[in-house]
Formats: sequence, structure tokens, C-alpha cells
Amino acid sequence: MDRIKKFIADIGWPRAIIALFLLSLFVLAPFVNVRIDSSISDTLVRFGMNGILVLAMVPMVQSGCGLNFGLPLGIIAGLLGATISLELNALGFLGFFTAIAISIPFAVVFGFGYGQLLNRVKGGEMMIATYVGFSSVAFMCIMWLLLPFRNPTMVWGYAGKGLRTTISVQEYWGGVLNNFLSLRVGEFFFVPTGTILFFALMCLLLWMFFHTKTGSAMSAVGANPEFARAAGIHIDKMRTLSVILSTLLGAIGIIVYEQSFGFIQLYMGPFYMAFPSVAAILLGGASINRASLTHVIIGTFLFQGILTMTPSVINSMLQTDMSEVIRIIVSNGMILYALTRGVRVKSR
Amino acid sequence: MSSTLLRMEGITKSFFENTVLRNVNLTLERGEILGLVGENGAGKSTLMNILFGLPVIFETGGFEGKIYLEGQEVCFTSPLQALDAGIGMVHQEFSLIPGFTAVENIVLNRESTLYNFLVEIFGERLATLDYPKMKDRAIRAIKRLEVSIDPEMIISEMPVGHKQFTEIAREIEKENTRLLVLDEPTAVLTESEAEILLEAVKRLASQGIGIIFISHRLQEVLEVSNRIVVLRDGEITLEKKASETNIREIASAMVGRRIEGLTTRAAQERVFSTPTMTIEHLWVDMPGETVRDVNLTIYKGEILGIGGLAGQGKLGIANGIMGLYPAGGKVTFEGQPLPLNDPTIPLKKGIGFVSEDRRGVGLILDEGIALNIAFTAMQIHELYIKKFLGGVVKWRDDRAIMKAAREYINMLAIKCLHENQKVRELSGGNQQKVCLARAFALNPKLLFVSEPTRGIDVGAKSLVLDMIYKRNREQGTTIVVTSSELEEMRAICDRIAIVHEGKIAGILPASTDSSEFGLLLMGAKPTVEEGVISVG
Repeated sequence: MDRIKKFIADIGWPRAIIALFLLSLFVLAPFVNVRIDSSISDTLVRFGMNGILVLAMVPMVQSGCGLNFGLPLGIIAGLLGATISLELNALGFLGFFTAIAISIPFAVVFGFGYGQLLNRVKGGEMMIATYVGFSSVAFMCIMWLLLPFRNPTMVWGYAGKGLRTTISVQEYWGGVLNNFLSLRVGEFFFVPTGTILFFALMCLLLWMFFHTKTGSAMSAVGANPEFARAAGIHIDKMRTLSVILSTLLGAIGIIVYEQSFGFIQLYMGPFYMAFPSVAAILLGGASINRASLTHVIIGTFLFQGILTMTPSVINSMLQTDMSEVIRIIVSNGMILYALTRGVRVKSR
Repeated sequence: MSSTLLRMEGITKSFFENTVLRNVNLTLERGEILGLVGENGAGKSTLMNILFGLPVIFETGGFEGKIYLEGQEVCFTSPLQALDAGIGMVHQEFSLIPGFTAVENIVLNRESTLYNFLVEIFGERLATLDYPKMKDRAIRAIKRLEVSIDPEMIISEMPVGHKQFTEIAREIEKENTRLLVLDEPTAVLTESEAEILLEAVKRLASQGIGIIFISHRLQEVLEVSNRIVVLRDGEITLEKKASETNIREIASAMVGRRIEGLTTRAAQERVFSTPTMTIEHLWVDMPGETVRDVNLTIYKGEILGIGGLAGQGKLGIANGIMGLYPAGGKVTFEGQPLPLNDPTIPLKKGIGFVSEDRRGVGLILDEGIALNIAFTAMQIHELYIKKFLGGVVKWRDDRAIMKAAREYINMLAIKCLHENQKVRELSGGNQQKVCLARAFALNPKLLFVSEPTRGIDVGAKSLVLDMIYKRNREQGTTIVVTSSELEEMRAICDRIAIVHEGKIAGILPASTDSSEFGLLLMGAKPTVEEGVISVG
């Protein structure tokens, strides 16, 4: 009994409960005529497409800037890259990497400004970050209309200008990663190898970064800013760098998301994108001042697993649409839980 | 009945294993001023806390001994009871409400009230305040001090002196106040304000109030008190009429605390002639440890001690030079000017620092021992780094870090399970050793060590001091030790500088008699001239 208690204390109650819940959903699935293989396949696809967006939380958490509630800013950089690559008619892998290449300078510039702002509001980063995200989305709502895009697949048909709310990338670079080295077994089971490999590559790069001199300095700034300062590290510089990295990962993350999803969603699309990612990393066991790659991987898998399984299983059982309700309870509940936990650690 | 107001008999108090008061007997007559002096940590505050019945005393197991107030045995279990019995206390920190006027503060919670109908429904707490009467009472209290304070002035707009007087007025306004404890009432006052306050204190005593006067300014204590009691290590070491003693006697009764387990070393006069760092007109804005104007020369190869009472600015010197707090003045290191206010520069030039704030500044508590030791050396000197792609990628060499950590763990006898154990899990002494290891890993030419023995057990204390001593003798590292423990510094230092009110009060060879240091600590002029060994 003690061992079970210790095990649960080690992994944390929320993680244990959600994992058990997810497991029970998989067990229940065959009884309500939901196919296990297609469920697992869906979970893997969503895991791959959301992973990098969750990864975008890590640099900022590690440098003490809190959770990246300003993720929409990074997403906007990615959206700019994606739309411009479509404007250039870049196809396939070339198109996908063009989109990333174009989004990088935007992400660096946005991230730098965002970082400067966060350096001025130490202690209240997460609140400010939320509003940076919200207001940047609102600002871009105007810009999507005004920017001089001409590609007929993207603009409103009746005016010939202004981007549409949803743009298909299917004919450009939709699914390039998903289909790369993909594995298909039977009719329902599909492994998006390319997307998962790309996510793994991003994880590896970030892991490598945190093993360099600069990466160690960044972690130290988050762990104990006074210590870092006494060791001759420029705190603000490290924080800015971490925000740039987070924004960059947000930009790459959304492009990977879009190639899998098949559409670019503009206007209010990115508005709530930060919350599922925040919830996922917290579910993975991260706190507001410590996060690791394990947290990202476990968290994304659990969170996306729940999102995939609840609509099919619960809906078949209850004959009502509960999935949205459960999604909201889980994601906001996780955020609430993690924030209260963070405060307790601080005041101890 | 005799005129004895307060008698404390056989007061003994320990906090867990640590005895802070041993069999202390204290009496106070009516109208007498008793000067209570002692170093930080001598037991003055604990004694007063016992008198006041502060909860902290009972939470830690109570105390032994008896307290008699006017012949009656009392034992207060809360400050409110002490207040009711007529004991007033004026704290070092102002306990006034900044947005209220002097009148409101003086009669706070004892306001004169008028009846109104709301009282019938909601009780006394909604009675109307009787302002004219309150003002009358406040003015009467202020008059007893014979000072002029505008009773209508808001506290936050007052000069500090007036705040102090307001607080005393509040205590004496209570009709039954017969005993008043003043804890360093002059610490924040200017000289002229202090004089007025001392006059007021004497006047209160002449009205029959017994006063316990705690201060670090010996001159003042001598002037105002009838009798003086000196505490050291929780025992009374001197009790005399003020007219029969002098500053020197008091100072030597204060210092010379016993320290267990300290390695005694033969006094060895070493002569140093090459200055390595000169400090001119240094000021440092470190909260609570302000440095005002420090001039100091540090010689190559010596161990210099910096002592002083808490709050006088001794800790600010090292923090200022290391760029951790805003500082100004001229500092020269190895013949070159050292820019202040940037923590990177002194580290790069080979100056190391072990902070007094071990858990706050000195360590990352949730990281392993190895990373804590290697971190600064890695960031500053790029040790334990493997370079790839022509230096673009600077990879952390975990294996080299482990190896170095193992060496330091052996060298400093750090008790731990393995190199990657979290520092949070170590004892205070072992944490301090990790801090020292980190400073040693930098291989500094000059090393500042602040409060190396604070909060660690006796065994670890001597080990830490031995390590500092050995580093100096074996590697020739110049070391500056800042500490509140004079005796520990005397055991390892060549010279000791004493800081008083943000300035160097004097520098003496460590072998000088401890009473001389006692005088300097109190800000009195020493009798031995400075510069015995600092001849070029």
C-alpha cells in the first residue's frame, strides 16, 4: 500500500487520475463499438501535431518567465510563414521548409519584443503574456485583411483581397510529414512517422541546447536568479533568449500542426491555442518554474489521448456530446491546479 | 514594600539544544534607568521577549526562572497581558500606522469615545470618536516628554525623530505604564535628536517609571543609565553603577565569546607589502547593510577579517565590490581600476565570492552538488566545456564536472550520497562547503567569504575555517573574511578591520587584545594605533 502511495506521490495525483481515465477509455472502447486501432492512430496523429506547440513552453519555464501564455504570438509568426509560402506557390517539402524559413525571422523579431516586455514585468509574466497573445491575435485580425496577398486559393473570392478564415494547404504541403515514411496497417491503423520524427528532432535539439553553456545559464536563471546574477550571467539577456526560443518553437509548431490538419486557420484561430498546450505540459508534471522534455511527451500524450477518446467513447455511451465539456474541465482544471501548486511552493 | 519594580530571577532559556540565557538575575528599581548592552546574539532580545510573554518563547518550550513585578510573581503568556500590567515597549522598527496622525497613533485602540445610537445595535466598536478629548490626551503625553510634535501631523510626513517620540508618547499615555523598554531608540536618530530623547528618558525616570535602555552606543548608555548590565553568551558578565565603570570595561565584558572546537594556532605575525586591492571612498546601497565611505587596502597573500555589529555595513563591502548591489567609489585591483555594478567583471578578473546568503544567492537548491560546484567556473572561465564547430557549440562536459565534483567532495569532506544529490537535502555545513568548493573551482586570486560559519554546527565551523586557512597557506590565495564572530576571525586572520556606521572604524592585527576590538565595535576610538603591519 505504501509503495502504491509513494508511486502516486511521485507521478502526482492528476497524472495518475488522467492516466487511469485514459486507460479505462481504451478498455471501454470495444464495448461501445469504437475501434481501438483507429483510436490509437488518431491519438498518435494528434500527439505529433501538437507536440512542438507544447515544447514551446519549455524554454520560458526554464528561464523563470512562467508558462508561455503568449503562444499565439509565435503561432502568428508561423501563420505568416505559412501564408507567404502559399503566396510563393511553394509545394511539398520545399513548401513546408519555406514556410518554416520565412517564419523564423518573424518569430525572432516578435520574440525579442515580447521578451523585452516580459523583462519589465517580472513576477507578473503569465498575466501579461496572456494579453500579449490576445492582443496580437486581435491586431492580426486587421492585418490578415490588409496584407497584399494575391493567391486566389487564399483570398476572399468576392473581393479578390483579404485572406479567408480557413485556407486549405492540401495542394501545397498538406500531410508532407504525416505521409513521410508512414506506416499503414489495414484500413484503420496509421502511424504518422514523419511528424513524430520531426517532433523527436525538435526535442533532441532542445535537449542539446540545454546541455550547452548558454542552456545551463538559462536554467540557472530560472532556478535561482540571484545565484545566476552572482555567477556573472546577464539575467535579462537569458530571459529574452528563452522567449525568442519559445516563440520560434510556437511558429514551427503551428506549421507542423497545419500540415497534419490540412488547413491554415487565421483570424480568431490562434486565440485559445495557448491553453491546451499549457494544460498538456502541466498534466505532464511540469510546474510553473520547472519543465522537462519528459513532461512534454507524457503530457501531450495524455492530454491528446483524452481529447481523442472522449468524443468517441463517452458520446457512444451517453448519447450526448460531452467531449467539449470534458476537454474544458481537464484543460482549465489542470491550469488552475498547477497555478495554486506553484504559489504554495513559493510561499513555503 | 520596597521600591523594586521588576525582579527577574534565574532566567534560563534554550532554543532546542542551544542555551541562549543562563541563570540571569535582573532587578530594576522605580525611577531607575538600566542600560542593557551586549553583542548581537548575546541574549538581550530573548530576555526582553520573555519579559513580554511573546508567543515565540512558549512555542519553543517556555523558560525557567521567575519574574516579579512589584513583588508579585507574574508570567505573561501574551504581550497583551504585559501591556495590561503596565509594561511598554518601544521597538527598533516603528510600529506606527503611517497614514494616521500622531494623535490617532498615540491613543490607538484606547480612543475616547462618545455615545451614539449605533452602539445599542452593534456594540461599543461603533461608538463615535471624541476627537477633542483624544487630542488633549495626546498633547498631555507629548508634554511629558517636553518635545514639540504637531499632534495633527501624519506619521509618514514626520522626520524619524518625531516618529520615535510619537511611539514613546503612545507607551506613556497608557495610565498604568510603570516599566518602559526602549530597544535601540537612538539607532535611527541624529545626534541632536538623540540628545533630546535621552533628556526625555531621564525625565520619565524622574516621574517614577522604570526604564530598560538597550543600545549599542556605549557613550549614550553610560550617560543616561544609573546602572549597567552587560550580557555575553546569555550570562551577565558585568553589573555596575554607571558612575563606577567606563567604556573600556564594558567593551571587554562584551567581547570574547567562547567558541568550542576552534583550532588554536600559534600567533604568527606575517608581514605583507604588496597591495592587491585598494578601496577608496566606497559606498554601497545594500538594504540594511549600507556602506558609506570605506577606505581599505588588501595585501597580497593575507587573510583580512572584516567585523562589525549587524547592520553597520560590513556585509555591504564584499557585495558592493562583486557588483551585486549599487555601489560607487574607486576600487583598484592589481593596479587596474575595477568597474563596479557589473558582477561579471570581478569574476573574470579572478575575484571569488562566497555569499552570506547561502540558500538565496549561494546555491541552486534543486540542482545537484556537481553542477552547483562547477557552474560559475563553467560560465566565467569556460572550464568543463567541450567546444564543437569551432567554438560555436559549447557543450557542457558532464563527465569533467563529475570528476571535479568528486575531488572537491573528498577535499572538503562533503557528506552526501552521490555527486548529483540535490543541495537542498544537505545540512547547512555541507551546503557551505559546496559554496566554498564553487569559489575554489574558480581558482580566484582574491576571495571574499561572507559569514562562513553562520548557521552551521560546531564541527563544520572549524572545518570550514580550516579550509579557508589552508587555501591561504597552501595556494597563497588572498582571502577577505567578513564575519560577526570576532573570535573566529581572530583564529585565522592576519588583520581585522572593524566597520562602524558604514565606515572602517579601525584595523588591528588579529593578535590585539579583544577589548580593543570591543571598543571599535561600539564606535569608540581605539587606544592602539592602526597600521602595525601595513608598512610598505
